[in-house]
Amino acid sequence: MKITIVVNGEKRVADVSGPDSLLSVLRNNLDLPGTKDACEQGECGSCTVKMDGATVCSCLVMAVDADGSSVTTVEGLSHGDNLHPVQSAMLAEGAVQCGFCTPGIVVAGASLLESNPHPTELEIKEALSGNICRCTGYGAILRAFEAVTGEDT
Amino acid sequence: MTTPTTTGVKGGIGVSVRRPDGEPKVTGNFAYASDLSSEDMLWGATRRSPHAHARLIAIDISPALAMEGVRSVLTQDDVRGNPMFGQEEQDQPVLCNGVARYWGEPVAVVAAEDEETARRAAAAIVVEWEALPPVDDPDQAAADGSVFRELKIRRGDESAEGSVVVEGFYETATQDQAPLGPEAGFAIPDGAGGLDLYVTSQWIHVDHRQIVECLGVEPDTIRCHPAGIGGAFGSREDISLHIHVAMLSLATGRPVKMVYDRSESFVGHVKRHPSRMWYRHEADDEGNLVKVTARLVFDGGAYAHTSRAVLANAAFFTVGAYRCDNVFVDAAASMTNNPPCGAMRGFGAVQTCFGSEMQMDRLAEALDMDPLDLRRKNALAPGDPMATSGQIIEGSLPTVAVIDAVELIPLPEPLADDDPLLLPGGTGLTTPASSVVRGVGYAVGLKNLAFSEGFDDFAEARVVLTSSGVEVHTAAMEVGQGLVTVCQQIARTVLGIERVATVWDDTSQIGSAGSTSASRQTQMTGGAVHAASVGLRTRILDEFNGDDLDDDGVYRDGQLVATIDDICTNGPVEYHERFRHPETFPPDENGQGDVHAGFVIAAHRAVVDVDPELGLVRVVRVDTAQDVGKALNPLAITGQLEGGIMQGMGLAVMEQLVVDKGVILNPTFTDYLIPTFLDAPDVETRIIEEPDHWGPFGAKGIGESPTISSTPAIVAAIRAATGKDLTRVPVLPEDIIGI
Repeated sequence: MKITIVVNGEKRVADVSGPDSLLSVLRNNLDLPGTKDACEQGECGSCTVKMDGATVCSCLVMAVDADGSSVTTVEGLSHGDNLHPVQSAMLAEGAVQCGFCTPGIVVAGASLLESNPHPTELEIKEALSGNICRCTGYGAILRAFEAVTGEDT
Repeated sequence: MTTPTTTGVKGGIGVSVRRPDGEPKVTGNFAYASDLSSEDMLWGATRRSPHAHARLIAIDISPALAMEGVRSVLTQDDVRGNPMFGQEEQDQPVLCNGVARYWGEPVAVVAAEDEETARRAAAAIVVEWEALPPVDDPDQAAADGSVFRELKIRRGDESAEGSVVVEGFYETATQDQAPLGPEAGFAIPDGAGGLDLYVTSQWIHVDHRQIVECLGVEPDTIRCHPAGIGGAFGSREDISLHIHVAMLSLATGRPVKMVYDRSESFVGHVKRHPSRMWYRHEADDEGNLVKVTARLVFDGGAYAHTSRAVLANAAFFTVGAYRCDNVFVDAAASMTNNPPCGAMRGFGAVQTCFGSEMQMDRLAEALDMDPLDLRRKNALAPGDPMATSGQIIEGSLPTVAVIDAVELIPLPEPLADDDPLLLPGGTGLTTPASSVVRGVGYAVGLKNLAFSEGFDDFAEARVVLTSSGVEVHTAAMEVGQGLVTVCQQIARTVLGIERVATVWDDTSQIGSAGSTSASRQTQMTGGAVHAASVGLRTRILDEFNGDDLDDDGVYRDGQLVATIDDICTNGPVEYHERFRHPETFPPDENGQGDVHAGFVIAAHRAVVDVDPELGLVRVVRVDTAQDVGKALNPLAITGQLEGGIMQGMGLAVMEQLVVDKGVILNPTFTDYLIPTFLDAPDVETRIIEEPDHWGPFGAKGIGESPTISSTPAIVAAIRAATGKDLTRVPVLPEDIIGI
């Protein structure tokens, strides 16, 4: 069946079959591979996108259920050289190693700062606890978010 | 962020330069192997053995072939070249050759027009099996002589005795590297009978050798390209889907993509060896180690992979970072029907560090000595012989310095808050903060650098000056660790030119860089880049009789005498280097000899809070002091130290593959637990710079050290908190409660 999603502000139509997830539609149908597929069980957060204002694991959203929704992926958070503050801070603090978790953390983190511009350390950790990073040990990611919120205050 | 180095060039060694691949990674534009695609590509899928040990009676591929959209179904009969592959020994069939030897062994591969069809077709293949009893006891296998390697170390006087004796038996579980990026490959036919391959890898040249042998084709028809890698940690040092995706592409003449899902990834790569270790330490009354005796059994699983080298590492680091004149070790890597094991960060040294550091703590207790004083008293230093091999330590080895530095890091405040996010067990905890007990523990870990035992270990690099700047060409795999910046920094500092880019070559364009493993690329590829940069600078200065070089050109007595364009008048100028580390040798029949190229050391201190009633642990902090030789990129070092500690913590309290009769019971991220942001301890790092005798600017590789002694430090802290005699990792709640 055909579904219509507004992705990063652009109306997109995809021809999907029953078992397809929103993740596979983004990656395989809509040519948006920035959202990563690492566990397909909603455990690692690599596939995090924003859907109608809420962060979701796109691997757990059936494509047909995304029909009519508005989705923001990592590709929608930067505009040319104009990076989202979370992206800039992660670069500056060395919070990117292999980078496979990075798109999910950028989306989840950007979403956190929208609803809570000045989170405490524990609030940052809790908000990102669904995003597994296997490389950094999270220290540099925490420092990146503290740098972003510090700039704001 | 960057500051000038002593040579004046920006972004040279010693400063925290940013990764050039960082921006594409934060914006989602970095192409990982699993992101590659083309309009006309097929999808590959794998049919696997449902048995850990079984005879293949019959296989019927016709139901798969009959499905619409299926383009190829291949079995072992379709392997045109060497039917067997393997990095050290060619002992594993490309596809099952009549007997499946582990659960999940590939039996057939399918290519189809879409992913779903490929998976359904793989499932439609009819396979008849005769189940055989699996060999799942590594001790029994070793007793029966079913081993990949046995190694004996006999050093000193076997009749030597100490007045204080501690014995212990220790076990470590099977750990998975669990890189977030799954195994992925993309094969593109070149129209002339050859292929371009983009597969997740740590060493494309050793992949290439095995792939062309198994395909039975001329080596120059296949090009292995460095692909975008989502972490590795050892899991990509051995072949996974490389040969399969190539076979499918050659058979169909179409591009083929294969990507493992997480459960398939768990069976699709080698693991950290589970180990069983018996130890006996003997010391005199003053705490000097007199004799260490040990028996080690590592379960290598079904196929050899790198088990031989892992076992050697385990055996040679049996005693850890300490002097001892009488050492007797019997080590075996068993062959069983359990999941195949191979490389994981720390490579054998992790397991014996756990055993030997637990022993040192128990010895300190028996001696009524401070555990750090016992370690300082026996600390291995330059000029000392290794306790196991007898090799004299050359270069730097700041054992006491790392112990002193980590001890001086301030301890955290006592737990005073009932915030459930700070308590063991988190929101599930019912115990108040006042009932939580705190413990502090230390451990020291020693590791060899680069390949050992006489392996012909080298790395190639080519440094090219073009009119638009310098290119550093290498086939070394950037798996996330940051080699991309280290190459640039070394070239900048040596050449004096800031405009440097790292360029990843394929197997047809440059020789091997060796594996991205064994903490070796900073020293090996870094060493090649250093030597090639020195060669290029000398060549350019000689040609123009100059005495300095920068982004503008060549200078003589402070005057610019040739611009970069002048230098490149006849095209780019380049220098190629093949770099080798100091020669190593195989051990003799007593395990003696100069088997290692160098050493690196770290100390860890862990602070834990434990709920003794429920057996729950929160790792509050893990601090470390790390020997780095020379810090080339401090930001990248910090990232390695923090990330490595997290994997060491995983093995200490969370991570284990549960294997029952060869079957992995928890091959998912739901059941295989990896530390999250809320599990992560705070980390304070101290970098100890004592330049080594080789490696660029005296730098050492530090990728593995953080994972080695972090595990026993955490277990020591739990022991200190609970008084429990913990002998197995991961430490589980039942171990603490004592049921």
